Amino acid sequence: MNRSEFNEGLKGGLIIALSSAPFAVLFGAVAVDNGLSVAEAGLMSATVYAGASQLVGIELFGHHVAPWLIVLSVFAVNFRHILYSAALARLITHFTPVQKFFAFFLLTDPQFAESVRRAESSGRGIDFTWYAAFGAAVYFPWLFFSVVGAFFGRMMGDPQVLAIDVLLPIYFLGLVVGFRRKPGFYPVVAASALGSVLGYHFVGSPWHVSIGAAIGVVVAALLPLPKEPATVTAASDVES
Amino acid sequence: MAGQISMETVWLILAAAVATFLTRIGGYVLITRMRTIPPRMEQALNAVPAAVLTTLVAPAFFNSGFDVKIAMLVALVASLKYPGLLMLGAGWAAAMICRHLLGF
Repeated sequence: MNRSEFNEGLKGGLIIALSSAPFAVLFGAVAVDNGLSVAEAGLMSATVYAGASQLVGIELFGHHVAPWLIVLSVFAVNFRHILYSAALARLITHFTPVQKFFAFFLLTDPQFAESVRRAESSGRGIDFTWYAAFGAAVYFPWLFFSVVGAFFGRMMGDPQVLAIDVLLPIYFLGLVVGFRRKPGFYPVVAASALGSVLGYHFVGSPWHVSIGAAIGVVVAALLPLPKEPATVTAASDVES
Repeated sequence: MAGQISMETVWLILAAAVATFLTRIGGYVLITRMRTIPPRMEQALNAVPAAVLTTLVAPAFFNSGFDVKIAMLVALVASLKYPGLLMLGAGWAAAMICRHLLGF
C-alpha cells in the first residue's frame, strides 16, 4: 500500500464529501418526509449510493408509484454510469476482479471525473489504493450525513441561507473546466449544454442528463479524427 | 419509527441498488467484449466526462436566479486560474454576497 496515494485519495474524497454533505442531509430529510424510516434511508444510501437517483426514487416512492417504475426511473437516472464504466475500463485493467467489483460499486460522478483527471496527469493507470481511499472518503460521509438528515432533517432549516445549495453545481463546473484542453472540448460542451437545457424544458428532469450526455458523445464521435496517429492523447498514454 | 423496516421497502431499495450497479458495470462489460476499440468510439469515450458533467451544470445555470448565475460565473473565472477549493470558495462567497448584501 502506498501512503501518498492513500493520503491524496483521502484528501480528494473529503472535499467531495463536504460539498455533497448538504445533498446527503437533504436526501435523508426528504426520505423520512416521504415515509421511509431512518434505517431504510440509511440502507438506500449504503446500497444505491447515487445521490440524484436516490432523490428521484424517494420522490416517486412518496407518490406511491408502482415499484417497477421506481426501479426503472432509478436505472434511467443512473444510465450515464454505463458511459463511465466503459471509459474507466482501460484505466483499471490492472485491478483484480474483486478490486474491479468495488471500483464499479463506488463509481460516482466525482469518482469518475477525478480518476480520469488523475490518470491523465500521471500518464499511467490509477492506483487502487488511491481509488479506494477516495471512494471510502466519499462513501462513509454520504451514509453518515444521510442518516443525520433523516434524524434531524426538518430542524436544519433552509440550505439557501448558507448558500450550500450552490456548492455542487460549482464543483461540477470546476471539473468541466478542468477538461478544457482535451481535443473537441468546446463543441462537446456546447452540444451537451444545449441538449441538456432543451431536454430539461421539453422532456424534463432527470432525463435531460442522459439526453445531453448522449448528444455530446455523439458530437465527439462525429468530430474529425486527428490526422497524425502520433498525436498522442492522454488516454492512449495510459494504455501503453 | 426510526428503526422501523418494511420488507417490501427493503426489496424495493435492493432492486434499485442492483439496477444502479448494472449501470456502473454495464459499460465495462460491453467494452471488454470488443477486441479493438474503433477510433471514433475512443474519441466518443474520451468526451464522456465533459459531456456528462456539462449536463449537470448547464441546466443548473439557466434555471437558477441571478445569485446562482453570478456565483457560477465567478467560479468559472476563478477555475481558469485556481485549483478546486479556492474556486469553490470564490463561488460560495459570491452567492453569499448576492443573497445577504445585495438581496438577489
